[in-house]
Amino acid sequence: MVFFTKLFIIFLSATLVHNYVLNRFLGICPFLGVSKNSSAALGMGMAVIFVMTIASMTTWIIQRYLLIPLDVMFLRTITFILVIATLVQFVEMVIAKTSPTLQEALGIFLPLITTNCAVLGLVTINSDSNLSFIESIVNGLGAGVGFTIVLLFMSAIRERLDLTDVPECMKGIPIAFIIAGLMSLAFMGFAGLVSQ
Amino acid sequence: MSLKQDFTRGIFLENPTFRLILGMCPTLAVSTSLVNAIGMGAATTFVLLGSNILVSLFRKLIPSNIRIPAFIVIIATFVTIVELIMQAYFPALSKSLGIFIPLIVVNCIILGRAEAFASKNPVFPSILDALGMGIGFTGALALLGSIREILGAGTILGHNIFGAGFNPVAIMILPPGAFIALGLLLGLFNSLSKKGKT
Repeated sequence: MVFFTKLFIIFLSATLVHNYVLNRFLGICPFLGVSKNSSAALGMGMAVIFVMTIASMTTWIIQRYLLIPLDVMFLRTITFILVIATLVQFVEMVIAKTSPTLQEALGIFLPLITTNCAVLGLVTINSDSNLSFIESIVNGLGAGVGFTIVLLFMSAIRERLDLTDVPECMKGIPIAFIIAGLMSLAFMGFAGLVSQ
Repeated sequence: MSLKQDFTRGIFLENPTFRLILGMCPTLAVSTSLVNAIGMGAATTFVLLGSNILVSLFRKLIPSNIRIPAFIVIIATFVTIVELIMQAYFPALSKSLGIFIPLIVVNCIILGRAEAFASKNPVFPSILDALGMGIGFTGALALLGSIREILGAGTILGHNIFGAGFNPVAIMILPPGAFIALGLLLGLFNSLSKKGKT
């Protein structure tokens, strides 16, 4: 029971309390780029959840059985980014085969998951905080879910924003930042949920 | 395109932060104080310089269909160098920048300049381009960092400037302050550049 409680806390912490977008500032580029309509946001979110979970697993195994025994932890960043690049390529091939509509909606942002700092950030945080195999997977899943939730909220707000009267110079990205700031303020309310 | 333009383009006209909206994650995350902002700017400039030089030197040798992985490996190499140097000589700064040092690898500015400029131009203009972009990025970070440090802590570079009577706006050094301050700055730059044109 204690084990599951711990996993649940890790999940909650990654999703809401230390939200990767609003609290850790990871993955801002796709957050601003794909949040113009909800269906693209959902597709991007799903792709990120998938890549994050698989990346957590793969990098944990590589770190434990390759980097640490060979004493080459200084190669961590290079190794991780190559693993992520390969995984993204793989996900892209799967989506291209199974759902051309989704592929069209995601456009150039799918290959850009490679340079999505949320994924590299996640595996670096995993490796820095010495999580176990299961904990890393749950952390990856939680980070992906948190990213998707925020992306969906943002896309819903921006769809409505198209109809409002925003000052000329604040249109587009600047107003999106202000909204992100207000969302981040709201998410700070979750801070008491998990004590760390 | 003259050499002078290669250098100044990154600072004003194509400022990576305010005009191209690139590299937002480190901009928001490390701009809590001016020291962090300058440290991050210097680290990024070093990686940008190294990767631009190497990419430009090897631009005729790297086959175009595998150029992106090749660029990423070059960038990751320089990031690892910066990471080790920071840990050895600036442990405090390295600690406060945290995971954002390894994350320089995925800073879109660096891959963007490798792809858009260094892979098509000789070494010398690439060096100027890297310096210009690096200075532009560092300047933007320093501006945001000073605003947040002055309002959020009442200090600049750790020196108290308002005296004891000042009540700091703590929200400015917390995450929401970063988003709102950057949003307002971008809006300001938009309106200034529009006025400049008409």
